[in-house]
Amino acid sequence: MALYLLYTLIPLAWLVISATKTQPDLLSTPGLSFGGVFALFDNIGQTFTYNNGIFLRWLGNTVLYVVVGAGGATVLATAAGYGLAKYRFRGRRAVFAVVLGAIAVPGTALAVPTFLLFSRLGLTDTPLAVIIPSLISPFGLYLIWVYATDAIPDEMMEAARIDGAGEIRIFLAVTLRQLAPGIVTVALFAVVATWNNYFLPLIMLSDPDWYPLTVGLNQWNAQAIGAAAQPVYHLVITGSVLTIIPLVIAFLFLQRFWQSGLTAGSVKQ
Amino acid sequence: MTSTVGSPPMRAGARGRRQHRRGWIFVGPFAVVFALTFLAPLAYAFGLSLFRDQAFFGGTVFVGLGNYTQALADANFWAAFLRVLLFLAVQVPIMLVLALVAAFAIDSARLHAAGFFRMVIFLPYAVPGVVAVLMWGFIYGDHFGLAADLNHLLGQDAVQPLSDNWILTSIGNIVTWEFVGYNMLIFYSALKVVPPDQIEAAAIDGAGPLRTILSVKLPAIRGAIVVATIFSIIGSFQLFNEPNILRTLAPNVITTYFTPNMYAYNLSFSGQQYNYSATVAIVMGVITAVIAYAVQLRGQRKER
Repeated sequence: MALYLLYTLIPLAWLVISATKTQPDLLSTPGLSFGGVFALFDNIGQTFTYNNGIFLRWLGNTVLYVVVGAGGATVLATAAGYGLAKYRFRGRRAVFAVVLGAIAVPGTALAVPTFLLFSRLGLTDTPLAVIIPSLISPFGLYLIWVYATDAIPDEMMEAARIDGAGEIRIFLAVTLRQLAPGIVTVALFAVVATWNNYFLPLIMLSDPDWYPLTVGLNQWNAQAIGAAAQPVYHLVITGSVLTIIPLVIAFLFLQRFWQSGLTAGSVKQ
Repeated sequence: MTSTVGSPPMRAGARGRRQHRRGWIFVGPFAVVFALTFLAPLAYAFGLSLFRDQAFFGGTVFVGLGNYTQALADANFWAAFLRVLLFLAVQVPIMLVLALVAAFAIDSARLHAAGFFRMVIFLPYAVPGVVAVLMWGFIYGDHFGLAADLNHLLGQDAVQPLSDNWILTSIGNIVTWEFVGYNMLIFYSALKVVPPDQIEAAAIDGAGPLRTILSVKLPAIRGAIVVATIFSIIGSFQLFNEPNILRTLAPNVITTYFTPNMYAYNLSFSGQQYNYSATVAIVMGVITAVIAYAVQLRGQRKER
């Protein structure tokens, strides 16, 4: 167990330590020891100012994709999962079968065709090309569906109906609170998926101004190779550390919520 | 609308219809976006796969299943497919067993600071795949990585993670590092809801910790294991980020058709062969779905 802990932590330690080194020190000092100069703050400053501050722009793009994409995904998955769990309606089984099927065939079969379709629609190279596909989380829908089945008693909904509440009102006032742990779980995983997304923006975007952090960082990394090579390894490394931090903080802060959400979600597997 | 005007439906019918509409209020928005992002591209891809670009004359011609027969005879495609199959056969079991062991260890509560362990092991999942690959790429690298340090220490080039023989192992290591924690969490949360009286009963019957794990806990989380296996298989077949990013470091080792997904991507974006690319994507999608379905069936049969 301790060994595994080391395996998990050493690469991260390497990354953080490397972020404190200057480019020459990176090349000349051993990986897990500090360099001659403590350059962390200098590196952070350079990361944000390099290339007219494009890093900040990428950060902003990432936040935009996460807020609209992952936020929207959470809303859609919550409403749909609840609808599937609590209403008997025609087409319900079909929706469920198709969505579960979608979990089995994502990415590979879809990414390139989605690009081609979106390019027909003139959506490629716009933020919408990244946001729209991020709006669907079949796994999120599944999680909420399982969760709502357990957490929302039919009697509660009936009682609200007798009191004269409409369906939307019941959803907003009664259900949402009950579903909170499930929603936090779905939201967190949607945020991670969008924040870390690489393949989708890579194919959808060609204008660096719309890149998220992931694609941008890899571009910085790739510019070290080739004829006009301009290695900025220290910026890639520092940028990487800066990219990880928000997610780690989110996970730590929301730990109690999302873990209880997962536990409830796995009851019915 | 017209039907309600015509003959007044029975009460039960009206109620059913209202339920019908109510359900769609919630499911509708999801369904619309889903259709746009899943069903439409799928249909479009299938349409594309039936045509072929005419290189010299321009325009496209209908070739029926011609692209499919081409794909099934394509040596590059099969090489890529067999590579991910080999990868999957080795990497997925290692990753899942590690995740299971970690989950049992944390669940058994012998471990001090179980919460801390859980969080640390889960940590890599919060690291963007790109960052993970960049980081491991640096570590593997012979410029200033840990591999270089190690070679320096040994005085020879013993460790060459980016060489032809090691590259698949190196990629497997990155994927394992990234996803053990995620799978551990799936197993752990399933373990949390194993009824305590079952575990107590096993203890009363004289079962030791190992016996309890094998006869009570493991069967109880079979569902979670099946789900994790399916997700891992799908992930392996879609392998793209890791080899594609490592390609900058090892362009001669990692080809443009290293994995099926990379092949489809490069056909589209470097080769402009959209129709054939769509075909490759569909073939991979079908294979993935069939295997995922087979695993699920097998998992369910065992459960009975």
